[in-house]
Amino acid sequence: MAKSALLKSSLAKKYWMALTGLFLCLFLAGHLAGNLQLLVPNNALNFNKYALFMTSNPAVKLLSYLTYISILFHAIDGFLLTYQNIKARPIGYAKSNPSANSSFSSRNMAVLGTLILVFIVTHMVNFWAKMHFDKNMPLQTITIEVMGQKQDLYLTTNEGYMPVSQVAKSYEEATKSGAQMYIENRTEFFNTQAKVKMGEGYKDLYKLTIDFFKSKGKLFNVIPNEGLVFTILYVLSMAVLGFHLLHGFQSAFQSIGLNNSSWTPKIKLFGKLFAIVVPILFAIIPVYIHFFLK
Amino acid sequence: MSSAKNININLKIWRQKNAKAKGSMETYKLNNVSTASSFLEMLDQLNEQLINEKKEPVAFDHDCREGICGMCSLYINGRAHGPDTGTTTCQLHMRKFNDGDTIFIEPWRSKAFPVVKDLVVDRSAFDRIQQAGGFVSVNTSGRTIDANAIPIPKEDADKAFMAAACIGCGACVASCKNGSAMLFVGAKVSQYALLPQGKVEATQRVLNMVRQMDEEGFGNCTNTGACEVECPKGISLENIARMNREYLKASLK
Repeated sequence: MAKSALLKSSLAKKYWMALTGLFLCLFLAGHLAGNLQLLVPNNALNFNKYALFMTSNPAVKLLSYLTYISILFHAIDGFLLTYQNIKARPIGYAKSNPSANSSFSSRNMAVLGTLILVFIVTHMVNFWAKMHFDKNMPLQTITIEVMGQKQDLYLTTNEGYMPVSQVAKSYEEATKSGAQMYIENRTEFFNTQAKVKMGEGYKDLYKLTIDFFKSKGKLFNVIPNEGLVFTILYVLSMAVLGFHLLHGFQSAFQSIGLNNSSWTPKIKLFGKLFAIVVPILFAIIPVYIHFFLK
Repeated sequence: MSSAKNININLKIWRQKNAKAKGSMETYKLNNVSTASSFLEMLDQLNEQLINEKKEPVAFDHDCREGICGMCSLYINGRAHGPDTGTTTCQLHMRKFNDGDTIFIEPWRSKAFPVVKDLVVDRSAFDRIQQAGGFVSVNTSGRTIDANAIPIPKEDADKAFMAAACIGCGACVASCKNGSAMLFVGAKVSQYALLPQGKVEATQRVLNMVRQMDEEGFGNCTNTGACEVECPKGISLENIARMNREYLKASLK
């Protein structure tokens, strides 16, 4: 009885909602700390090193799986709750005055959450999927001047360099063009004759991000200056996140039963600050990139 | 009561012949309503008018008319028990309304509170939740221990009393956008959980009452806090948090 109660009952759904929600708040704080590195000038290499760490470290990987599961669970639980709650009032009121007794955020968590889910999906398509699967993910290069001539070099993870002009995209290309090196497994530089790995490049997530928000391309081949559109949509999404957090953060503590006269005011205050500061800091980054970064 | 005056009002009232019938909002005009009368007296006046017109009077719940029995309900102008906070409908007076106002009067809306007739709903779901665990088992064969013989901290006694102030009117369910009964169940669980007498059966009580609440078809709490604002007895959200704690504790046992 007790075990099934912890999975199926109305209160169990609250606990899971609260725990996954609070874990996702921690995730937001971590993600924000990573993103803020984009505001540091000339920080491409450090940012890409950080991105490599975040996609290869086993502990981080475990955390990332926990995050995916939390997002899925939070969303599915939310849809289930909303469906049951709509069913609990088959006939609505002819006149209702909800603003007299509850906040906008608290009444619209499902709508706000759905918008955030849409944002997360597009965000993952634009960044996470490219980082993980895109064959055309750029590798980081630097340009140096050798005897008055500009030369592009790939940076390698063992602090070395690889001249771009000597690296072909694939083994087939290398055999045709006679390039000394070719790229294997998206990031690894191989010697064409020996087929031996000579080094590994950094996926240039920094460039991908900057190009995304500065893009002058046409969205769906119709809307010009898509970088501006992405920036505006990102800022709007953060506003939605803010409203979701405004209710969600303090609500999670109530759900797991933490409510008393000494702690609750502090939790509510912290929750409000979190809901305002975190989304604003997130939103500053694309605004800076689009309008101010040279 | 020298400031009392008479006002003319328009009423939009949910009329439904019986539980199976499809109801609708009907409009009535009521003149010469004294602002000194209570909201329920105004409905009495409307019913007199309807009876004189050989029409069916409006059915509505009421009993003590002094704010303690929990019988009167009514969703008035979009709020449970009307625009005042901390009052039941019988304590609402017509001085809160103006001449020419249109007043919407609807029954509590919840799957678990089916309409019986007009503005009367069946709130026996609350009784069944109460029967599932809202009690302490005491041997009353003549050797009952005096309750006052057990020392209880003042703060706990006060909190238990504040939870026990719930009159089971259902305003929490009616005003919750999810039709959730957690303020009611939270109060009923809390009033026992806070006292030594209630601790003995605490585990089964919370599990059984929550199970019954879910079976009745009430919605899930999303902590909007509407119930706390609309509760005529000022039952605090702390009681829901206490129920959440009690339930978690009981589930892990």
